Amino acid sequence: MINRKIAPEIKDATAFDIKLRPYEKVTLDNGIPVYIIKSDEQDTLQLELVFPGGSWYESENLVASATNFLMKNGSGKYSALQINENIDYFGAYLNRNSHHEYATYTLHCLTKHFADLLPVLQEVILDPVFPEEELAIFRQNMKQRLAVNLQKCDFVANRHIDRYLFGEFHPYGRVSSMEAYDGLQIATMQAFYKQHYTYNNCKIFVAGHLPANMIEMLNEYFGKTKWNGEASIVRPEISIMAAEEKKFRIFNDENGVQGAVRVARPFPNRYHPDFPKMLVLNTILGGYFGSRLMSNIREEKGYTYGIHSQLYNFRQSSAINIQTEAGRDVCEATIEEIYKELRTLQQEIVPEEELHLVRNFMIGSILGDLDGAFEVIQRWKNLILNGLDENYFYNNINTIKTITAEEIQELAQEYLSPEDFYELVVI
Amino acid sequence: MIHFNKFTLANGLRVIVHEDHTTPMAVVNVMYDVGARDEDPTKTGFAHLFEHLMFGGSINIPEYDEPLQMAGGENNAYTTSDLTNYYIQLPAENIETAFWLESDRMLSLAFSEKSLDVQRKVVSEEFKEHYINKPYGDVWHKMRDLAYSSHPYKWMTIGKELSHIENATLLDVKDFFFKYYRPANAILVVGGHVTTAQVKALAEKWFGDIPGGERIQRNIAPEPPQTAAHKLEVKANVPLDALYKCYHMPGRTGKGYYATDLISDILGGGASSRLNQVLVKEKKLFSNIDCYHFGTLDGGLLTIEGKLVKGVKMKDAEKAIQEEIDKVQQTVIPERELQKVKNRVESMLAFEDMGLLNRANNLAFYELIGDASLMNNEFSHYEAVTAAEMHEEAQHLFDEKNSNTLYYYAG
Repeated sequence: MINRKIAPEIKDATAFDIKLRPYEKVTLDNGIPVYIIKSDEQDTLQLELVFPGGSWYESENLVASATNFLMKNGSGKYSALQINENIDYFGAYLNRNSHHEYATYTLHCLTKHFADLLPVLQEVILDPVFPEEELAIFRQNMKQRLAVNLQKCDFVANRHIDRYLFGEFHPYGRVSSMEAYDGLQIATMQAFYKQHYTYNNCKIFVAGHLPANMIEMLNEYFGKTKWNGEASIVRPEISIMAAEEKKFRIFNDENGVQGAVRVARPFPNRYHPDFPKMLVLNTILGGYFGSRLMSNIREEKGYTYGIHSQLYNFRQSSAINIQTEAGRDVCEATIEEIYKELRTLQQEIVPEEELHLVRNFMIGSILGDLDGAFEVIQRWKNLILNGLDENYFYNNINTIKTITAEEIQELAQEYLSPEDFYELVVI
Repeated sequence: MIHFNKFTLANGLRVIVHEDHTTPMAVVNVMYDVGARDEDPTKTGFAHLFEHLMFGGSINIPEYDEPLQMAGGENNAYTTSDLTNYYIQLPAENIETAFWLESDRMLSLAFSEKSLDVQRKVVSEEFKEHYINKPYGDVWHKMRDLAYSSHPYKWMTIGKELSHIENATLLDVKDFFFKYYRPANAILVVGGHVTTAQVKALAEKWFGDIPGGERIQRNIAPEPPQTAAHKLEVKANVPLDALYKCYHMPGRTGKGYYATDLISDILGGGASSRLNQVLVKEKKLFSNIDCYHFGTLDGGLLTIEGKLVKGVKMKDAEKAIQEEIDKVQQTVIPERELQKVKNRVESMLAFEDMGLLNRANNLAFYELIGDASLMNNEFSHYEAVTAAEMHEEAQHLFDEKNSNTLYYYAG
């Protein structure tokens, strides 16, 4: 008979030697860098084009994201429908995204169809025409979507908490609005496109099973000319204007049965030495299922379906943000419990057993996250776009393995004082 | 092609091993053949509530999550109308921890009153978060009730009403466990950096002595064919009018399933699909529109749902949808368009198979519906569908008498 009360032996986190697989780098004829992680196990590939065209660079609200979105909706040669049909016909996905810093186009496809998809991808990136009618449809549909989202307490809370942290004019705190959609102009988007989507600002990241002649093909479609000319992008200085008031309560829906709770404070960016340590403290606080917040507020009290704390990965400044949707009449009690957990981390040293568990959990999680070429290129992309290299990655892992309970307490004492946090409930 | 080995323990537990030595990880997936369709109509939401209780400690192990996290693992679970699935991902070196945890909670739960008490509250908050406190959150609640007269798909997995969850007792929990959570009723899939011999030994060691129980024989009467169109009007505090149309369609293993799935893609799959192109882009009647289904094991619902552009009348929106449906009924799908949706399926299956966790989950699912090897034939079923078959399928699928329409008005 086996003794089921005794846990099997485990291999400890510190014993795992995690390696970030190196990328290959090729430069196209016009200088565009292509970062590559190959993997021949599947018949799929991912190609991402990245431009410094995020909201940090826009002079009017929503221009960056609207430009990014509408590039796909009509080019010199193809209508929006023809572009979509082309992509759908080959079973591919062409996703666009725009964040604070960067705007991207990502193609996912079966390797066998890659060559067929390049012509349409080239049209989208090099020759978008921004039809008036497409803008009108976009504007109307986005306004309708916004109207629905504004009824959701979590959506409203996310908008407000970022505004308190960074200010309503800052790209991190600025939010969409009906007026901003109405104000979008084709000419502004065209100018934004010409300035930011140029060959010399482009970086390409590819992963997966790649055709043998991939580089020739990329050269053919993206490497031959100095498309859109050379533009130098100057990253403007934008200062943060955090709210002075700390406590907010908003009634969005009088019949709401839950409230969206947010408790947040600013935190230095990823270049600060405390950042990797805070990743560990954040995990203890609210970064996994067994976290302090989950154990207390969900598993002990049953106030919520889930509660999490998050460390923003923004470039200029980060923030710690604790978020949950809790029953309407337990929102205030939830905030009290959050503060109690913050104070406990300041006053009491984290037990060795718990720290050991969090180390193991985090290392196991990184090991799982690095599984597959798409995941590895994603890591590299984040490092490269932030001007970092593998040392940053290894340093983070080392911090997880070696940080002490005393260091964590010091960190909590510096950064987890309840009075430094903004608090918000949206019902 | 997904390679796997399969064997069955003496107690009836089916075990599938999918070796993949390109990863340092392992996954352990346990699928139980029980879902919301097996519930008593007066105790709905129970299969899902039960899933929560599976994390509240087992007979020999007071805490489920802690030892797993200590082993560098992560886990989660989900419940559908048809099945309940639990999955773990962890470094392959620590795989025995997963066997230890999963086998102990299959042996017996701790049945703690405290855990039941807390999870009733947690599930109530989940109910509120997803179905009460969201605009249009009650749509499926209403639609299922409209479309099904007797079949248990009539209620949602989360439950028909909060009171059913609030009234669950520990006795209900015990009965449910010993009826459904038996080796004979479960499928274990282990994938990743493991060998079949290793899994065989571990499965015997940890699961071998659990009493097998009975394989569930269900007698759920199929939903009788619908004989008249169902319509329901709702007014709610939402900003936009919305329209939902559902048509009864074959279950996952039923004749006509693949043809119907491809029809849904013709109508709503991708930006170039008919409903998107004609109703959003050309006629500008909807700000978004989708066509989908849930792939349920018993007869399901092909669903068209869209939000109307402000100012558009409900009857004009409905008429425009009907015109697209008429086209599918009257005209055979052109060859290139059929090829497009088949290419989309091929690609979707390939991307789905990229993740180890997905592969393990799918192997369990195909084993549940008959045989894990079906997973490798899946695309051939789609390839074999002809435009003529789709045309034929569309005739009874889109019969007006088979329709359920929910008019959701902004109030």
